[in-house]
Amino acid sequence: MKFILSIFLVALVTFAVGIYGNLPWWSFVVTNLIIAIALPIKPLQSFFAGALGVGALWAGLAFGIDLANNHILSTKVAQILPLGGSYIALIIVTAVVGALLGGLASLTGAFVRKPA
Amino acid sequence: MRIIPFLVSATVTAGLVFTLNVQLKLGATKSPRLGYFLSPQHGFWKNAEKINTNFDATILANDLKGEVDVYMDDRLVPHIYADHDEDAYYVQGYLHAKYRLWQMDFQTRVAAGRLSEIAGADKLSIDRFFRRLGMVYGAEQTEAYINENNPMMKATVEAYTAGVNAYLKQLAPEDLPFEYKLMNFEPENWTPQKTYLFLMFMSYDLTGRSASADLQLTNTRDYLGYDLFDQLYTNQQDSLDPIIPKGTVYADPSIVPVQPAQADVAYLKKTTNVDISKVVETPEAPDPNNGSNNWAVSGTMTKSGRPIVCSDPHLGLNLPSLWYEVQITTPTHSTYGASFPGSPAVIIGFNDSLAWGVTNAGRDVLDYYELKFKDTTQNEYWYNGAWKAVTKRVEVIKVKDSADVIENIAMSHWGPVMFDAFYQNPQSKGRNLAVKWTAHNPSTGVETFYQLNRAKNIDDYSKAIQLWKCPGQNFVVATKSGDIAIKQQGDFVARWNRQGDFIMPGEDSTYEWQGIIPFEENPMIKNPARGFVSSANQKSTDASYPYYLGTASSFPLYRGISVNQQLAGMTQVTAQDMQALQTNNYNVFAEQARPALMKFIDKAALSKDAQRMVQVMADWNLYNHPSEKGITVFKLIWDSVETAVWSDELAGSVIPLTKPEAFVLLDQMNRDSNFRVADDINTKDKVETLKEQVMAGIEKATLKCIELEKNNQLSWEAFKATRVLHLTKIPALSRLNLPIGGGVNIINATGENHGPSWRMVVHLTDEIEAYGLYPGGQSGNPGSPYYDSFVDYWAAGKYYRLLFLPKEKLKQHERTKWHIQFKKAVA
Repeated sequence: MKFILSIFLVALVTFAVGIYGNLPWWSFVVTNLIIAIALPIKPLQSFFAGALGVGALWAGLAFGIDLANNHILSTKVAQILPLGGSYIALIIVTAVVGALLGGLASLTGAFVRKPA
Repeated sequence: MRIIPFLVSATVTAGLVFTLNVQLKLGATKSPRLGYFLSPQHGFWKNAEKINTNFDATILANDLKGEVDVYMDDRLVPHIYADHDEDAYYVQGYLHAKYRLWQMDFQTRVAAGRLSEIAGADKLSIDRFFRRLGMVYGAEQTEAYINENNPMMKATVEAYTAGVNAYLKQLAPEDLPFEYKLMNFEPENWTPQKTYLFLMFMSYDLTGRSASADLQLTNTRDYLGYDLFDQLYTNQQDSLDPIIPKGTVYADPSIVPVQPAQADVAYLKKTTNVDISKVVETPEAPDPNNGSNNWAVSGTMTKSGRPIVCSDPHLGLNLPSLWYEVQITTPTHSTYGASFPGSPAVIIGFNDSLAWGVTNAGRDVLDYYELKFKDTTQNEYWYNGAWKAVTKRVEVIKVKDSADVIENIAMSHWGPVMFDAFYQNPQSKGRNLAVKWTAHNPSTGVETFYQLNRAKNIDDYSKAIQLWKCPGQNFVVATKSGDIAIKQQGDFVARWNRQGDFIMPGEDSTYEWQGIIPFEENPMIKNPARGFVSSANQKSTDASYPYYLGTASSFPLYRGISVNQQLAGMTQVTAQDMQALQTNNYNVFAEQARPALMKFIDKAALSKDAQRMVQVMADWNLYNHPSEKGITVFKLIWDSVETAVWSDELAGSVIPLTKPEAFVLLDQMNRDSNFRVADDINTKDKVETLKEQVMAGIEKATLKCIELEKNNQLSWEAFKATRVLHLTKIPALSRLNLPIGGGVNIINATGENHGPSWRMVVHLTDEIEAYGLYPGGQSGNPGSPYYDSFVDYWAAGKYYRLLFLPKEKLKQHERTKWHIQFKKAVA
C-alpha cells in the first residue's frame, strides 16, 4: 500500500515542483529523497516507487505533448541526439532518464530510515 | 541509517545529476545538458507547440501610449493596428521577440564578434575578424549620431527595443526558445545598438565581399603582372545591358577624381613580397551571388493600366528566415511587407500609395590602405612624410570556458587597422592594412525605411532614399498614380579608374577618397519610354557614366539581360505573368555559351560517353527546370573547360587565386579562337588551342557525368540539392533537397543554399493586389507547424495573396484567425 502511495506521491510532487521553471530541473531528486525518508519502505521497493513515479510522469507528459504536436519537434530532436528520428525512442529515453534519477533518489532516501 | 549503502547511493545519484546537468563532448560539438533538455517541464518538450494552438492573447503593457490590436491571419502574419506610431513599433518588437527571439539575439551576437561567448574558443577567429573589421565601431557611430541628431529615429528604435524587452521580461525560463536549450545560453536584453549591429551585418553581407576580394585581386595582380591581370579580370563586358539603358547621356560630373601621379608604377603594378606569419582563419566571405532582381512595369504594359512592382532579394536561404511579414497601420500610414527581426519598420513592401523593392548595387565601398608602422608598438604610421599617431581601441572578447581575449585595434585616420602583426590571413601576406568602409560612417538607413513606409509619391520616395548610405541599393518604385522609377543610391566613392580594386598605399594622401558622389548624380531613370525599369545587380550604367563603378567581377551580367529580354516583349501584363517571370528558369548564359562551345567540338574525336553527353547538352531546352539533365551536363562541361583554360595560369600561386568571371572566357571564345591564355604553360613543346582545351574539358566532365548518372543524380534538382539551412547548419532543423530549378544567371536565382529569400509582386490597383512569400515560416520555433510552412509552396513557385486591409475589414476576413490585444494595465 505504501509502495503504491509512494508512486503517486512522487509523481504528484515531481509535477508540482516542475511547474516552477525557476527551480532546477532536478528538484524532484530532492523531493523524492524527502518522500522516501518520510514514507519509509524497503530499498528495492523505494527505488521502483521513485523510478515508476518519475518515469511514468515524464513518459506521460512527453507522450501527451508529442501527440498534440504531431511529432514535429520530437522527430527533429531524435535526429540530433541521435535516435534515428524515432519519436518513440525519444519518449523512452526521456522516461528512462527520469526513472533512473528518480529511482536512485528514492533509493538513497530509503537507506536513511528502516521501514516500520 | 545504513551509512555505506546510503553514501554509495547518494554519490551515484549526485554523480548522475551532475553528468546530466553539464554539456558533454559530442564529437566536434557539445551535447545539450541532457537532464534539463529532456525534462518535459523544462526542456525541449516545452517547445513542441500544439498544432492547433490558439494565439489569442491579452497583453498588459504600461509603456504604451494607447491600445493596439493585432490580428493574426491563417499564415500567422500579424496585422498591427495602433493609434500611435511608437506603439506600433513597440508591438513589432514584441512580436519579433515572441516569434524570432533566438535568431535576433544570435545574429547580432555574431555581428558583434561575440560568438565565442556562446560557442567557445573554436569561433574566436570569426569574432576577431568582425571586431577588427569595425562592426561594433560602426554600430557605435550610428547610435551616437542618431541619439544626437535624430530624435524621431531614436524614439522609434527605443520603442522597438522596449517591445522586445517587454516580451523578454515575461518570458518564463521553461519557455526559452529551443536553440537556447540546445546550445545552453540565455537571452539578454535588447538595446538600440543591437538594431544598428544587425544593420551593420547587412552592410557586411552586401558590401563586405571587398574585404576578401581586394586582397585576392591584389595578390592575383602581383602574381600575373598588371597587363595579363587586366586581360583576364577585364572590366569590359561585351554583352552588358545596364540598369540605365545604354546611350543615356550623363551630365558632367561634379567631382573629377584624379589618379595620383605615380599610380601606374606605385599602385597598379606594385608588387609585395612579405612572409606570411600569424595566419588565422577568417569567416566565409559573403556569397558572391548576394544580389537580387527588381523591376516595375508601367500601366502602358499592363492589362489593368496600373503599374506592377516586383522584388526578390537573393540571399542565403536560412531558417529561421531573415524575413518576417507584417502589416503596420497607424493614423499616419499603412504598410505591409517583409521586415527584419531586429529592426523596426517594413524593409521591402508597399503602402496605400506605392510599392518599393531593393537589389544590391554591388559598388565597392570598402578599401584597404597599407601602413608602415614606426616600430612594433604600432603607435605611429608614416603618412605624408611624417609619423602620425594612432589611437587604440580595446575590444574584449569573452570566451566560453576560457580566458578573455583582448583585441588592441590600432585606429588610423583611414579606419581600423584590420591586419597587422597580431592578425593575418593567407591573403593578407604580412601586410599592415587599415580598412576604410562607408559602413563605418553614421547611418540613417533606418529612417529610409521609416519614410518609405509613409511615402505617397516619387518625391517622398526620393527624399527617403536620399538618407540611404550603405549598403548601396537599387531602389525600384511604382505609384498608384502611375509613376515608375529606379535609382541606385548609397554613399559611393568618386573613384578614378581601378581606384580601390587593389590595396592602396597608406602613406600618401593622394590616394584618399576624393569625394562621395552627390545624390543627384547617382544613376536614376523615371518613366522610360520602354515602359519598365529593372535591375539584377548588373553594372548600373555603360561606360559613358563619368565615375568608375568597380571591378566587373562585382556585377553579374546575365540575369539582367534575361529580365530585360523577357520584359521587352510583354504586353497586357498581369500579376500572374510577373509571378511566372520571377520564377522563370531560362538560361541566357547557356544560350550564348552553348553555341560558343559547340563551335570547338569535333564530335568524331570524342569518346563514346562524351559524345552521348554532348548530345544531352545539345538537346537541352535551355531551361534550368528541376528534371532537366542538360543543364547539369552543360555546367560540368563549362566548369571543366574553364578549369582547363585558367588553372595552369593560376595554379602556380602559393595562395589560392579566384578564377576570372565566366563572361571573360565566353567573350574570348566569341572573339578569337587563338586566345593566348588557352595555351597550357605546363607543356613546353606545344601550343594548346582553345579547341584542345574544350575537347579535354569535355572528356573530364564526362567522367563526372557518368558517375552522377549511375547514382541517379544527373537531374538538375538532384545535382543542385537546394537546401534552406538552419542558422546552426544542423540538418535536422533544415529543409534539404528541395525540388526546385533555377540557379546562377537565372531569374529564378535559386542555388544550393542561396536564392530568392522573399518574392513579392504588387499590382497597384485601387485595392492593392499583392502576392508574396519567403522560404520559411512566421515562427522561428522548430517545434511549430509555422516554422517552415511556406517552404514547399515557395519551391513549387507558388504565391500567397497578401491581406492588406483596414482594421474593420480585416477583423472580419475569413482568413483572420486570432486577436492579440495590447493594453495598459488598470491602475
